[in-house]
Amino acid sequence: MQRLLQLPVNAVNMVKTVQSQVQGQEEAKSPVLTPDSAQQTWYNALQPDELRHLRSSPGTGGSGGGGGDQEERATLEEGGGGGGGSFQTQPLRHDDLKEMLDSNKDSLKLEAMKRIVAMIARGKNASDLFPAVVKNVACKNIEVKKLVYVYLVRYAEEQQDLALLSISTFQRGLKVQLISISAFFVKVSTVLKVKKQSYRFIFSHNKTSSFDFSLDPEQKDQLIEVIEKLLADKTTLVAGSVVMAFEEVCPERIDLIHKNYRKLCNLLIDVEEWGQVVIINMLTRYARTQFLNPNINVSRVQNWVYSETDSSFLFPCMRLFKSHSIALWFLSELFRAVSLPIEQSHDAALIYTAIRKILICCLTHVHVSCFSEVQYVVLQNVATMTIKRRGMFEPYLKSFYIRSTDPTQIKILKLEVLTNLANETNISTILREFQTYIKSMDKDFVAATIQAIGRCATNIGEVRDTCLNGLVQLLSNRDELVVAESVVVIKKLLQMQPEKHSDIIKHMAKLTDNIQVPMARASILWLIGEYCEHVPKIAPDVLRKMAKSFTNEEDIVKLQIINLAAKLYLTNSKQTKLLTQYVLNLAKYDQNYDIRDRARFIRQLIVPTEKSGALSKYAKKLFLALKPAPVLESPFKDRDHFQLGSLSHLLNAKAGGYQELPDWPEAAPDPSVRNVEVPEWTKCSSREKRKEKKVEKPFYSDSEGESGATESADSESDSASGSESGSEDSRSGSESDESKEASESEEEEEEDLKTRKKKEKPLKKPVQESERYIVLINSSQQREGEAGFLCTNDPQFRMNSCRSAETTIAPSSALKSYELLHRITGEGLSVEYCFSRQPFIPDANMVAVQVHFTNNSTSDTKSLHMEDVKLQSGMRVKEFPEIELLPAGETATAVMGIDFCDSTQTANFQLCTHTRKFFVSIQPPVGELMRPFFMTENEFKKEQGQLMGMNEITEKLTLDVKCRNEHAIVQKVTTAANLSRVPCGSDKECRFAGRTVTSSSLVLVTVATKDQGAAQLTVNCEKMVIGTMLVKDILLALTQ
Amino acid sequence: MIHSLFLINASGDIFLEKHWKSVVSRSVCDYFFEAQERASEPENVPPVIPTPHHYLISVLRHRIYFVAVIQSEVPPLFVIEFLHRVVDTFQDYFGVCTEAAIKDNVVVVYELLEEMLDNGFPLATESNILKELIKPPTILRTMVNTITGSTNVGEQLPTGQLSVVPWRRTGVKYTNNEAYFDVVEEIDVIIDKSGSTITAEIQGVIDACVKLTGMPDLTLSFMNPRLLDDVSFHPCVRFKRWEAERILSFIPPDGNFRLLSYHVSSQNLVAIPVYVKHNITFREGSSQGRFDLTLGPKQTMGKVVESVLVSSQLPRGVLNANLNPSQGTYTFDPVTKLLSWDVGKINPQKLPSLKGTMSLQAGASKPDENPTFNIQFKIQQMAISGLKVNRLDMYGEKYKPFKGIKYMTKAGKFQVRT
Repeated sequence: MQRLLQLPVNAVNMVKTVQSQVQGQEEAKSPVLTPDSAQQTWYNALQPDELRHLRSSPGTGGSGGGGGDQEERATLEEGGGGGGGSFQTQPLRHDDLKEMLDSNKDSLKLEAMKRIVAMIARGKNASDLFPAVVKNVACKNIEVKKLVYVYLVRYAEEQQDLALLSISTFQRGLKVQLISISAFFVKVSTVLKVKKQSYRFIFSHNKTSSFDFSLDPEQKDQLIEVIEKLLADKTTLVAGSVVMAFEEVCPERIDLIHKNYRKLCNLLIDVEEWGQVVIINMLTRYARTQFLNPNINVSRVQNWVYSETDSSFLFPCMRLFKSHSIALWFLSELFRAVSLPIEQSHDAALIYTAIRKILICCLTHVHVSCFSEVQYVVLQNVATMTIKRRGMFEPYLKSFYIRSTDPTQIKILKLEVLTNLANETNISTILREFQTYIKSMDKDFVAATIQAIGRCATNIGEVRDTCLNGLVQLLSNRDELVVAESVVVIKKLLQMQPEKHSDIIKHMAKLTDNIQVPMARASILWLIGEYCEHVPKIAPDVLRKMAKSFTNEEDIVKLQIINLAAKLYLTNSKQTKLLTQYVLNLAKYDQNYDIRDRARFIRQLIVPTEKSGALSKYAKKLFLALKPAPVLESPFKDRDHFQLGSLSHLLNAKAGGYQELPDWPEAAPDPSVRNVEVPEWTKCSSREKRKEKKVEKPFYSDSEGESGATESADSESDSASGSESGSEDSRSGSESDESKEASESEEEEEEDLKTRKKKEKPLKKPVQESERYIVLINSSQQREGEAGFLCTNDPQFRMNSCRSAETTIAPSSALKSYELLHRITGEGLSVEYCFSRQPFIPDANMVAVQVHFTNNSTSDTKSLHMEDVKLQSGMRVKEFPEIELLPAGETATAVMGIDFCDSTQTANFQLCTHTRKFFVSIQPPVGELMRPFFMTENEFKKEQGQLMGMNEITEKLTLDVKCRNEHAIVQKVTTAANLSRVPCGSDKECRFAGRTVTSSSLVLVTVATKDQGAAQLTVNCEKMVIGTMLVKDILLALTQ
Repeated sequence: MIHSLFLINASGDIFLEKHWKSVVSRSVCDYFFEAQERASEPENVPPVIPTPHHYLISVLRHRIYFVAVIQSEVPPLFVIEFLHRVVDTFQDYFGVCTEAAIKDNVVVVYELLEEMLDNGFPLATESNILKELIKPPTILRTMVNTITGSTNVGEQLPTGQLSVVPWRRTGVKYTNNEAYFDVVEEIDVIIDKSGSTITAEIQGVIDACVKLTGMPDLTLSFMNPRLLDDVSFHPCVRFKRWEAERILSFIPPDGNFRLLSYHVSSQNLVAIPVYVKHNITFREGSSQGRFDLTLGPKQTMGKVVESVLVSSQLPRGVLNANLNPSQGTYTFDPVTKLLSWDVGKINPQKLPSLKGTMSLQAGASKPDENPTFNIQFKIQQMAISGLKVNRLDMYGEKYKPFKGIKYMTKAGKFQVRT
């Protein structure tokens, strides 16, 4: 009832189209349509759609409400006809849509959303439903959710404020496991200009969702950073979108491409077709700025096309066209590149095959494609190319023959190509082909053919007469259009050699009686006027006829009549004086001012009066000067300055956003910028290269050995300096002596052990008191039980540790200790811990934490132990064994193991004495979550190559004044993180490697130094969080 | 790239619009309508129309114009290709791509478009992937959905999309494992008045329907791979292998796909399977013309030429045709002057012919246009280029699949000039 009452009001207010008004009235009339309650309204609304599907008769829904069996289906149609039918009436239904959206049934919401989407699709305004729709963003049903997103994407921009309300729901949506939904979230939020989340999302999901780029400038830098990272990614899925993003955001940052150039070239073949187009476009531009013009000498062309490194993109795409567009893009560049005569270059065969491939591809698309649109574009491009490089296409002449079923625009383009291809050798076949075209039923096409014949005739002197004869025959054609076109073309041809063809002119003069097409008439008149000396008898007669019909002629013809009159007056004034006067008088009163103007001008010029000045003397020269023959040119002549395949080229006008290809650089920019350390990408398929590598190998290994040696020397001295800081000179010296001897003596006994425990890690020297410096897990003790975690000044440990210090390259730096319990809070007990950087023997996945207890109080402390360990999931702790007694003033050290799960989460536990409990927590710096890993330079590069993209983090920094030498850098880095140095050939780079303790993921750090303290820090790590944190830490260490 | 898409039907109604970036008013289509009016035939509307602020790129398929609105420089082919892909997808989903089908499935259409284009840039266009994201509507599914309340939207991100073989989903299972390959060749010919061939080219495709469990790795080898001149592959084909050994090695997508399309150029001699004898004359002065057409098989290697259909646009001056076919039926439309003759099979013993007279306008002079004949036919069990599949092997899975290969030759643009 309610609805019915509302209806007229609504109809007046909202109905816009006539149709809907009609429908509205229909409904108003229908008695069946009155639902009793609101509820029933939407029941009705739902019903028809279902029924329609069940019946599966698409016709009923599609046609709206006008069906014959109105009575029967009235209720159904009234209900809305579902997604398809009568959404003209929807403005009336917004209320029930709102109601449906507010209901708590998903099916109703879905139905409502479907209808709303249908409205949007029809272009109807659904923006007033915004609040009702936005509410449903939290709906559980995925399809509803998706449709809500569709709606939001459409209207969010118009209603920013309201849309922002839904942001929190989106953020929740991000956590939803459904990536497809989160992707939608990204779309919506980009519309809302909430960009931070969006690219963080992309960052984390590594999914190919490109983003909205109309952003504020301050976010550009951040975006560029993301793009840089994604560019380094080596999955094909991302490549297309990223390059697209690159092109939109920062096309000027060509430096980002250097490192990725070769990778992109290699990936290209596997990228999906849309990505290929974008990438090729970008690479083309890149090649233009980074490589020398290959046209300058032949060998360079060869290099350019063939050198696998710098133009590997050329080949893959040529061989494999996933889409037509690629072929064209491609062609365009190659075409520009190889504009030297191919036939002359000594390596022509190779290049030729390449080009041939493209050609065939082009041609295939010309006639295979059943889509005329594709043909149209391809032919446009071919037409441009044929002007400059006829030879390339000549062998495929027949591919451009015209079929009667082609659409006219395609026919005309093909004709253009055929004309461009015509030369002395093939002209006879082409002309024969043209002859069949002239008999076609498509008159526009026939006219174009005649023009084409004219162009062939002007271009190729040999066939001019033949063509002319053929055209003259056409003058007797029954179709006036054909005749007219021939006249126009003949006129142009005759201008080249009029003397011979006075009979043709005579023949044409006769035609003036019949031809009505103004352009043709004008052409004939011009011809007669121009060559009136050749037809002295006919010309005045023609003028006489024309004077008679002057008033009925078209403007263009009138002008030519005046022209003819003037010329005749000058050459044959006796016969034509009066006629000319008459014509000029007629013209004087013509409606067209142009004609009046011309008449006045000519009268002054040719009729000598006392007033007429010097000009009339020259009248004859003015009118009867020799006119140059017109050059019949292809309309595609000047198009080649646009890039082939582009929109601008097609339109022959610069389209918005068209970028001119830059010119080749004068001098080649440094090619080494494209060198990437990883040899894997730059596939070395040629055998020579492989050989080279083999030759190089000894060199590499040598240098490895060398640098390895220096490395250990470095570290030794480092350790020395490190220990110096903590203890007295003499002491450390004697210490190492001692330990050497000791280790020798012990070596035999422990040989078996040693082999087993080869990875035993070096000692670490606490900076504390000199007495407690060495803590190491004594292997023998360990075998006996695990009692050895607590160590005191046992000389044996010292020896052991020194021995191991010799065998492994220790990341040497003073250990930093952290406070666990302060003296005051601990009531005299102070506890410190440090990361000993040694493997925790009981469990290799744990980080060894060395804990120092100092009893500063006056009483003894008993039974020191851990309790109530609270850990994040996945973490584990190996507690240190209980210290039964710590006398006053004494210190003790214990080792505990914590598995941090490669995260910097804290381990919370209680430290208990016999009297008190202290809550303490240990949080590891990220650098301690790894252990050194030794690898060679080559291995390093290889691994680094596999950890690009998202796994690579690069930062630029300025080194602190103090740490500008290699030494200092090594020390700083190894202090910050438990890594081992990787030998390196260059002194500009320091490399470090390690593995995380729990998951053994590689951590690779490179510090490349440049001039004046500038440096670049690169961290490659599978675990991005670790990588990011590590970067921060190292950065801090190096800049302070 | 692509800002908006408008779908326009034959009568000039915009029945669907979709915007990927900001909303472009539909009044932009007025420029399109103008161009449409200027063009004599529907297919003569220029594919690219510049307007003051936008560029309209359109394709015409199934009597629907798909008009994409572009704002800046983009390769036109890129857009055209994409639009065709959209149409193919619709056809794939709804069986037909008609206005009614699109209107009925407007929600699915919208979801599809949303997936296919992301911020105006093509994203997921592979039909296998799309079908996992959005399930195609079937009667059964609509019923189930309405009863159970489940949806058409895929719950999972397509499994294949992020993997190494994005075109294949994981966990495919079939009880009957089968792989069918159809080698279909189309022959494009122009034959001139005297019966000699002017151009002849062969376009071929290999369409596959693969229903195999797991992750099979197939290799397909040819007896004569040299024939293939210009090939373009489905992305699944390992290109290196083809270059080196001329063997197609691939992990197939699930279901139907086009494995390969190729081109056999005119340089190779092409055997024309059909010949046409014709004699069409108009006598000056009389209002009668004679019509005589005979078809015959030629170089068909004993295979039957079937589904033969001859059509021709007769000159405008012809008022009516009174013909007598020896087999099949013929129709002549006096308005469009279109003659079509459904011949059926060609029996080499008794060649089909169509003879009779044409009546011309009284008093009109004889037409000087010559009609051309477009011929369609099919030959089963033969690839006209002589291409032959040698063998198909499967690796990576244990079971024995059923393998089938079918050859067919069709007439593409087969024209006979008179």
